[in-house]
Amino acid sequence: MKHVDIAVIGGGPAGLCAAISGASSGAKVLLMDRSEKLGGQLIKQTHMFFGSEKQYASVRGFDIADILLDKLNEYKDNIEIMNNTNVLGLYEDGVITIERNEKYEKIKPKSIVVATGASEKVLAFPNNDLPGIYGAGAVQTLMNVYGVKPGKRVLMVGAGNIGLIVSYQLMQAGVEIAAIIDASPTIGGYLVHASKIRRMGVPILTSHTVKEAIGRDCLESAVIWKLDENWNPIDGTEQEIETDVMCISVGLSPLSELLQQAECKMKYIPELGGQTVLRNENYETSVEGIYVAGDVSGVEEASSAMVEGYLAGLCAAQKIGFKHKNYNELKEDYIKQLESLRSGPIGHHIRSGIEKVMGV
Amino acid sequence: MRIQNHPILNFEKGEEIKFYFDGKQISAFKGETIAAALHAAGVKVLGKSLFKHRPRGFYCAIGNCSACSMVVNGEANVRTCVTMVQEGMIVETQKGKGEIL
Repeated sequence: MKHVDIAVIGGGPAGLCAAISGASSGAKVLLMDRSEKLGGQLIKQTHMFFGSEKQYASVRGFDIADILLDKLNEYKDNIEIMNNTNVLGLYEDGVITIERNEKYEKIKPKSIVVATGASEKVLAFPNNDLPGIYGAGAVQTLMNVYGVKPGKRVLMVGAGNIGLIVSYQLMQAGVEIAAIIDASPTIGGYLVHASKIRRMGVPILTSHTVKEAIGRDCLESAVIWKLDENWNPIDGTEQEIETDVMCISVGLSPLSELLQQAECKMKYIPELGGQTVLRNENYETSVEGIYVAGDVSGVEEASSAMVEGYLAGLCAAQKIGFKHKNYNELKEDYIKQLESLRSGPIGHHIRSGIEKVMGV
Repeated sequence: MRIQNHPILNFEKGEEIKFYFDGKQISAFKGETIAAALHAAGVKVLGKSLFKHRPRGFYCAIGNCSACSMVVNGEANVRTCVTMVQEGMIVETQKGKGEIL
């Protein structure tokens, strides 16, 4: 059994920041990630971030990953990195089991930050399992990390920010977008992204959904139809679109299996992506010593994930006797940054979700 | 179907290697996943479903969903979207659950 002060599960934006924060408080941190390369989904983000300077606004996602890795390196004496490591279990007594180099190991940390992220949702329609139908994030990985085009002509399902951004990135990679459709009567993503795409001649069809996918071994075409004001499909409005790639971009849900196994209290909160863990303002769950940060604590975006990581790492260290010398100022600053990221009409959804999550 | 020119990214490819997909030799680059290499070679069907034998391709590409399971060097249920391709690797379409032993 290996002993550490803080174990951080997941090396994406939230996990990296939690590790930096815990280590800068003086704790010994073990950072685990299943991939070879740390950075989580930042490594495929070619767009410039929003938010403020503190969350690296106007910097491209993959460059933010490098900035965070450099910061991590400043604390290398306090941080042990285990990449290519699958966390298998998180038990009620706080023991973590892992698989690394085909070996099974056990870890007993004093506190834990779970930053496992989220997974892409699927959409129900006939033949939705055909190869050629992918999560929008999957296509982003394929083209931006590996330089491989997903196909020739894409139907994007979902006009939220991910759907819009990935559509634009597909065009940058030289792939045609047949259309972007969304069941909602309005475009969910930022207008600045939507306008850019419309100017490039791509139709964005709101109040439209997929009726069925068609293809023998792989996707060959898709039938879409219009929805009325009650979201019911209207007969006779079907259109068949020739497409070999359909991207599903209808939201994400927290990857909370480990938290459920550890018996953290959960609640179904649609605004935050589904089954979501309950927590307090320090991002500690109902199980003492288990903290959360990033999308696993409620789906938002990478800017807030980073701030949540800093905050959770700071609190997880303080809990076990490693109080950062600027603990109070830092904590106040992180809370303010999160408030600002979630302010205004766009953050309304998130704020109402978070109200339901608080209270352990 | 590899991206030739990109306004933002420079793809630094690793060494060119060969591997086998259902007995057929395929070229790939070191540092890419099996699923990415297959996709670049036009292979989208990675397995067949357990009961209805429907074609399966990857869905998430980051190791969450297991739709990309294939038999790699005789081992079933390898998530090919997060497993790096290697020289001489023997990759096969997985039918159903695959055999453990």
